[in-house]
Amino acid sequence: MSVEVRSVSKTYGNFTALRDIHLKIETGELVALLGPSGSGKTTLLRIIAGMDTPDAPSTATANADETDGSIRFFGEDVAKMSVGQRRVGFVFQHYALFKHMTVFDNIAFGLRVRPRSSRPSKSEITDRVHRLLKLIQLEGFGQRFPMQLSGGQRQRVALARALAIEPRILLLDEPFGALDAKVRQSLREWLRRLHEEMHTTTVLVTHDQEEALEVADRVVVMNQAKIEQVGSPAEVFHHPASEFVIDFLGNVNVFHGRIAGGNFQPGPLSTNSSQLQSAGTSSSANKIYVRPHEMKIARMKEDADAIEATVERINRAGVNAKIHLQTKQNDQVRVDLPLDQLDALALEIGERVYFKPIQARVFAPDYTI
Amino acid sequence: MASHKLKADSVDPWWVRWLLIGATVGFMVFLLVLPLGVIFWEAIRKGWGVYVIALTDRSARNAIMLSLIAAGISVPLNFLFGLAAAWATTKYSFPGKSLLISMIDLPFAISPIIAGLMYVLVFGLQGWLGATLASWGIQVIFAVPGVVLATIFVTFPFVARELIPLMQEQGSEEEWAAISLGASGWQTFLKVTLPNIKWAILYGVLLCNARAMGEFGAVSVVSSNIRGRTNTIPLQIDALYNDYKTAAAFALASILATLGVITLIAKTLLEQKLEQQNVQEEST
Repeated sequence: MSVEVRSVSKTYGNFTALRDIHLKIETGELVALLGPSGSGKTTLLRIIAGMDTPDAPSTATANADETDGSIRFFGEDVAKMSVGQRRVGFVFQHYALFKHMTVFDNIAFGLRVRPRSSRPSKSEITDRVHRLLKLIQLEGFGQRFPMQLSGGQRQRVALARALAIEPRILLLDEPFGALDAKVRQSLREWLRRLHEEMHTTTVLVTHDQEEALEVADRVVVMNQAKIEQVGSPAEVFHHPASEFVIDFLGNVNVFHGRIAGGNFQPGPLSTNSSQLQSAGTSSSANKIYVRPHEMKIARMKEDADAIEATVERINRAGVNAKIHLQTKQNDQVRVDLPLDQLDALALEIGERVYFKPIQARVFAPDYTI
Repeated sequence: MASHKLKADSVDPWWVRWLLIGATVGFMVFLLVLPLGVIFWEAIRKGWGVYVIALTDRSARNAIMLSLIAAGISVPLNFLFGLAAAWATTKYSFPGKSLLISMIDLPFAISPIIAGLMYVLVFGLQGWLGATLASWGIQVIFAVPGVVLATIFVTFPFVARELIPLMQEQGSEEEWAAISLGASGWQTFLKVTLPNIKWAILYGVLLCNARAMGEFGAVSVVSSNIRGRTNTIPLQIDALYNDYKTAAAFALASILATLGVITLIAKTLLEQKLEQQNVQEEST
């Protein structure tokens, strides 16, 4: 195990950035910390790097452990280690390249600042920088200055600079956040391939759920200073553990209603779907969550529990068409349909249709993870 | 920039443009350029011989020396202070930080004569520390230390004021990057921070020096105008002028004026450098 975070909390004045976080990161893994801004993900990354210190643990708690509030690298407590001693490669959202140095000097920086006893020789440094330039596909760019590079190239240089010190752990803080969509996509794939080659334990912070799901081995979903769920991309996407997770990972329709004996009792909507995956059997007021692609649309009321709606808007851009429906109660519902199905239905704006959830999820209020 | 210019050109009628340009140039020529020229003219009107004698006279040499000492001490000290203040206020957060930042501007806000009087009240013989210092044989007021102290006070904000906004804008990510790569605090400062702020430092030092050499008010209060001892260049010019030694006064004045012109040129060049740096930053 590379990194272990044991019961770490962090408060800034009245603001709680992290509340009792436990996390284990295996060696060679690429883990994404995913959450909205203010969820604490960057604070956690900075604490792992040593740029921030966790709060001292409160020993008043009943099951307090003396290792609470500690960060461990390969089993060793790093609390007393400075950022430099931890040997982490840190990549910033805005690159933080040294503007007045060439690309070559930027990458060589971490090697050149070492004390003479552990500093590689000049030719070794040159060799290593050239290998890294090749790795980031920027051979021949060594003598350029950061301002002469594009955003994507700069971020690759920043990554090479971090890798030059052969870090034990690579920490990436929103590395693609400042880039445009196309570059972001290609860098994402490149990063994943690079990880397959190098297998450096990597922690990536992002607010982009698509990025997290695509790149990471495991996704840690964070919200309001806490971890909501940890799991593989498929797990968190298909088996979200909380309302927050399903809402944050992709689009979702929310219906209000009531669950009784595993059946959804009509709320404002008149449906009686039997395919509910109820996580609890409480009969209190509930919301049911249905992803846009987990719906079907028919022109006739084929099922007794199908809901009537009018077609408001159809957007055919993408693999699936996005259809916006409006119910009689003026609720907006989004349905994603493959283009061929849409063509088969031949829907028109303003038409009356019937939709029905194929699969839905419920999170009982008392349900906790 | 270019598009703004074009717009103004096409909107305003020709006579408005010429009126504004003419007024500006007129003011500049009559109030700045001509008087400056007169200084040089008056300085050498009675011939180069008089000019050289006026500058090599014992009390003139002494005034030049004292001005150099005052600037030589206050500029490095205010450079160090400015760097420390900028570092402290931009890289750390602590209670009373915004108060400290506004306090830095105090010497700009109060009249230099008040600054001089403050030092007289503190270090003068009738002041708080004057008697104690006098018993140790140290005289501050009406002596060289007072002149230096007053100069330090009035030139206090120059470097700090140049650095604080720049360092605030740059943030500390580059420093964090250097530290995460294993650089020590000193290496980070020398190799990362300093190159980013060197032009701003030079700019601040330049303005600081110009003010240190030219300060009259505060220095005049703490100096007793003893010729050949506690007169700086501006004080000596004033004394000579009051004695109707016009040629000598203008000869010394021409030195300060030359320094002023050099400062202006260097300032313009540095501003271009800083501008370039800003453009670079925006693109990064």
